[in-house]
Amino acid sequence: MRDLSLHLLDLAQNSITAGASLVTIRITVDEQGWLTMVLKDDGKGMSPELLARVTSPFATTRTTRKVGLGIPMMMENAEKAGGSLTLRSEVGKGTEMTVTMDTRNIDCLPLGDLSGTVLSLILTNPMKPEFLFEGKTPRGACSFDTREVRAALGSDIPLNEPEVAAWLQEALKEEMDPIFGGVS
Amino acid sequence: MKSLADLQAIRAKTLENINMRKEDDKAARVVIGMATCGIAAGARPVMLKFLEEIKERDLQHVTVSQTGCIGMCRLEPMLDVILPGQEKVTYVKVKPDMVDRIVTEHLIGGTPVTEYTIGAAEG
Repeated sequence: MRDLSLHLLDLAQNSITAGASLVTIRITVDEQGWLTMVLKDDGKGMSPELLARVTSPFATTRTTRKVGLGIPMMMENAEKAGGSLTLRSEVGKGTEMTVTMDTRNIDCLPLGDLSGTVLSLILTNPMKPEFLFEGKTPRGACSFDTREVRAALGSDIPLNEPEVAAWLQEALKEEMDPIFGGVS
Repeated sequence: MKSLADLQAIRAKTLENINMRKEDDKAARVVIGMATCGIAAGARPVMLKFLEEIKERDLQHVTVSQTGCIGMCRLEPMLDVILPGQEKVTYVKVKPDMVDRIVTEHLIGGTPVTEYTIGAAEG
């Protein structure tokens, strides 16, 4: 994975597979350069046993092969940048992942195209779940909530309809890129 | 500036499109592999390129969706193009600059781009 936005795109898929109805993503970069990314869902959660081994590359829920690299690769990249990856989960309640990285560390991944990631997540999951994104950096704060979009658009329209997709792309760029920079 | 108020007008137009699509049976699908392997290999720019082309050419009958890992990670990014009444065609190691031909020749023209398919890569 070349940047944080690609990790996010990958890891959010775990929340979707867990049957979440709301996926919340919060990314903050503080004045000292510490980055915190929280990915929270209200999906089915993990048992303590699964939670204990899920950071191993040899744990996966997929059936096509025996390795699952999403979480271990994020963990390695976080730790390389002086940070950490922690998970909290409760069966029936959901899962919360917190990733920290020191953006002053030379091994810290670039943020990447965060608005492109949020767009991809929405368009490939056009009916469910809802996504809430909140960002905060020294440049300002931004937020985007698909529940607001759906309330204005009508809940019978999938968000990947071409006209809607074009609007989402512009709206996400306008909201997020000034805060995070639009590097792709 | 984009505002939520824009969505009222978009709603009307989109409902029209959805109804039109129900009436014709041309609906085509593009399904992109977006598991860890697909994303790491560059699936996201490919997907965004498809959305861009579909919007630019106003292809109201095409939908783009995603799937997980199908176990051939070394061939990622992979995608299927499914046209009604035809067998699905699987493209492998897709780069954004290959999307233009897939859209023009396959989604619009109905003829698969043979040299990009899994048959050409593995055959």
